[in-house]
Amino acid sequence: MTVSAAPRPHIDLQNAVVRFAGDSGDGMQLTGTEFTREAALYGNDLATFPDYPAEIRAPAGTTAGVSGYQIQFAAHEVYSAGDQPDTLVAMNPAALKVHLPDLKRGGLLILNEATFKQSDLDRAGWKTNPLTDGTLENYQVIKVDFEHLVGKAVEGAGVSAKDASRCKNFYALGLVFWIYSRDIEREEQAIRERFKKSPPLAEANVRAFKAGYNYGETIEALDAPYSIQPARLKPGKYRNVTGNSALALGLIAAAQKAGLRLFYGSYPITPASDILHELSKYRRFQLTTFQAEDEIAAISAAIGASFAGALGITGSSGPGIALKTEAMGLALMTELPLVIINVQRGGPSTGLPTKTEQSDLFQAVYGRNGECPIPVLAARSPADCFETAYEACRIAIDCRTPVIVLSDGSLANGSEPWLLPDVNSLPKIEPDFATDPAGFMPYKRDEKLARPWAIPGTPGLEHRIGGLEKDALTGNISYDAHNHEKMVRTRAEKVRRIADRLDPTEPFFDPEGEVLVIGWGGTYGSITQAVIEARQGGLKVGHVHLRHVFPLPNDLTDVATRYRTVLVPELNMGQLRLHIRGQLGLESVGLNKIQGKPFHVAEIRSTIESLARRKHLPAEQEIA
Amino acid sequence: MSAPLVKLTKKDFVSDQEVRWCPGCADFAILAGVQKLMPELGIAREKTVFISGIGCASRFPYYMNTYGFHGIHGRAPAIATGLKMANPDLTVWVVTGDGDGLSIGGNHLIHALRRNVDLKILLFDNRIYGLTKGQASPTSELGKKTKSSPFGTVDRPFNPLTLALGAGATFVARTTANDMPHMSSVLKRAAAHKGAAFVEIWQNCVVFNDGAFDEWSEKDVRDERLLKLEHGKPLMYGKSKDKGLRIGGGFTLEMGAADGAVVHDESRDNLSLALALAALEPPWPQVMGVLRAVDLPTVDQLAREQEREAEKATRGPATLEALLQSGDTWDVTAGAGDA
Ligand code: SF4
Repeated sequence: MTVSAAPRPHIDLQNAVVRFAGDSGDGMQLTGTEFTREAALYGNDLATFPDYPAEIRAPAGTTAGVSGYQIQFAAHEVYSAGDQPDTLVAMNPAALKVHLPDLKRGGLLILNEATFKQSDLDRAGWKTNPLTDGTLENYQVIKVDFEHLVGKAVEGAGVSAKDASRCKNFYALGLVFWIYSRDIEREEQAIRERFKKSPPLAEANVRAFKAGYNYGETIEALDAPYSIQPARLKPGKYRNVTGNSALALGLIAAAQKAGLRLFYGSYPITPASDILHELSKYRRFQLTTFQAEDEIAAISAAIGASFAGALGITGSSGPGIALKTEAMGLALMTELPLVIINVQRGGPSTGLPTKTEQSDLFQAVYGRNGECPIPVLAARSPADCFETAYEACRIAIDCRTPVIVLSDGSLANGSEPWLLPDVNSLPKIEPDFATDPAGFMPYKRDEKLARPWAIPGTPGLEHRIGGLEKDALTGNISYDAHNHEKMVRTRAEKVRRIADRLDPTEPFFDPEGEVLVIGWGGTYGSITQAVIEARQGGLKVGHVHLRHVFPLPNDLTDVATRYRTVLVPELNMGQLRLHIRGQLGLESVGLNKIQGKPFHVAEIRSTIESLARRKHLPAEQEIA
Repeated sequence: MSAPLVKLTKKDFVSDQEVRWCPGCADFAILAGVQKLMPELGIAREKTVFISGIGCASRFPYYMNTYGFHGIHGRAPAIATGLKMANPDLTVWVVTGDGDGLSIGGNHLIHALRRNVDLKILLFDNRIYGLTKGQASPTSELGKKTKSSPFGTVDRPFNPLTLALGAGATFVARTTANDMPHMSSVLKRAAAHKGAAFVEIWQNCVVFNDGAFDEWSEKDVRDERLLKLEHGKPLMYGKSKDKGLRIGGGFTLEMGAADGAVVHDESRDNLSLALALAALEPPWPQVMGVLRAVDLPTVDQLAREQEREAEKATRGPATLEALLQSGDTWDVTAGAGDA
């Protein structure tokens, strides 16, 4: 059923930010994902930011249990999920309490009226009722009695009252679809597909969804619904992808291109588990997934797999990486390919498991016993996780070394449209196994200083490796003083030479000017948008976003000298800032936020602006 | 291409590395026993891998002229699991000790056993830490005085056999390094087992715990104090095999005459008898030999089967290109959105 014969006029917008928020049991992540898929298929550019609590079901109705999903979608390119929502859906008073402060003044607020009883208000910590005490007077409020309306909509669909009430989220989705003039037919199919195992549930959810849509029309929720045209993205085939999925696909692509079995050893941990889930689906790609007994076994098994000639990979988050540390040293000593993925979260210790942070840079670069240099790559966006993972595998195989990939919680769960790469143009990866016994020495090196990869099963190449220091050629145990120094320096030089093979650093935007923003990891989107806006204000600003955190690009200092100031925004206390000072002697000003949340664009933009004006530079800039 | 059939000898399995154990250490006997066994198995050198952790025993791979991996403390079963799952064609041995395998690496050991990874796990038990110079280990007897326990240990030891049985090991055996024929036969059985084979080897540390097993395994007492298990034979011991173990009331074992002794069956599904035998303490005889040997699918097999089935079912994308394009995709053509 389509809605009305005479379409209403639309108000064309360039972009919008929508946030769905409710109890963790309200299905807000699903609602957000559904809205995102439709926006992607429609052709908008977009970025998302799911934000959910660590508890699976925190006490219902409390602020601790609020789960949110934000999307920015636009008719132009989008770099971040947006600072402030234009539209907020709050399914209970707790969600309103948590998210109202972020809503734009004058923004649209959709509320679940039935949940504003005194007990609900008490649980959420409202002293007076925000519906009546004037709290909401600066917003456009749409109050919906979801319980009642959804109940009526799904009557006769053959579902229990409990299941009926769980269709609320699709009702809300329908309403937001109307507000932004989205295609309901495609979504209806998607709902039927999702619930195909239970036709009554499918029917109920479709009815709720459509009723929500019609409700917008009927009550004339707005004078006219909004519309946001498709973005002018680069031509090609796209799909919407989360960072964890893209990362998993990057690993598979690398193993396939190298002609190797992929072995993924992992132990469940938030927010990295989805990589294991994703990889576990693809048994047809010579892919072994191993859910280990612990983090140490996960990496140890991956090392064993690499010794056998597979591409060994392990993934975790900060606390798990800490446990893997000793084995990372073993991989370095045995000079086997290995990729270690750290989907960072708020630390230290258990910290903030579901929140994002960039505080494991030191751990990655400096966190092991002995001289233990391991290349560190960082992904900058959900789609970029693919390329970063691919490159990490390539380096690991080329150089016979462990390589660390840093992602983070916001990249892992966030999504964006991904221009699918041409499989044939992905860079070659050659495992180049040793097979010739003539002159074989386990630690004889090539020009990259990589040693031979001689795998069990190869006649005549039987040899022993291990964590003890080895002779520079034979690989036999050696306690010789000079041999040790030689080996330590050689391992360091092997990693250092990776920087010699990097492309020259080309800053985005102005090649010289007042401020160079150096970032790494998941801050890419907010920095890019902030630089765009600062330049619109007339400033000359460049942006370098480091994929290679270690070794750093050789020319970074030269690039930096073309700007008056270097700003390093990070979701930590200034780890990259200290790293580039230590490695390159490069001084910079830090902008540091440690709240388990991404930067707002405005925070970075105003810092760029104030730095451009300042004569004397502070070491760290307070968030404005 | 198969290699020409060259008959290998023990010497082919001896590496060029100088063996660095203390003179008189029982590790030498185990090394000799394993090197002697290798040619008998008929498995190519290059298909054989020895993996170890840390400790005196863990130097073992360096002395074997096969592929070898000297890992980190306790992690050998995990490294070996990855290796075996990545290439099930390899024959993989794990060499560990009582500290390496039962303390720091206890978790990996029990999980390798419960998963039934096709590994031969040799646990050299000397009831002490050797390489770190004489601290109590998880098999040191209660009250043992060591450098780290000058007043005697206050923690009860593990019994490696009951631990392995409890972890669901499909092959569990015990032998002693000072009885070469017995050790050889047990090692051979372990090698032939398809699945996780766990062998506890009593190994005398001459430096830090000399004589740890004398009260059972010295030549003059062993017949009376050790019960050698033989599949299908009654549980008998004593110089003239005149004593036996029978099942008493309430699921207990009873000592008695050889007549009426219960017949040993390695392949029993039910663990109770194996556990009862494994747990015997003096004055009972200690069991030697194969306690349990049952056939169950190995994890490496099962994982490969899933791959073959996925292939057969042709479900899901089959090429990398199809994989990347799976899910909801859309095309953007030049000029789209300009309208
Ligand atoms: S310390 Fe003990 S176990 Fe280690 S090599 Fe010496 S005798 Fe053998």
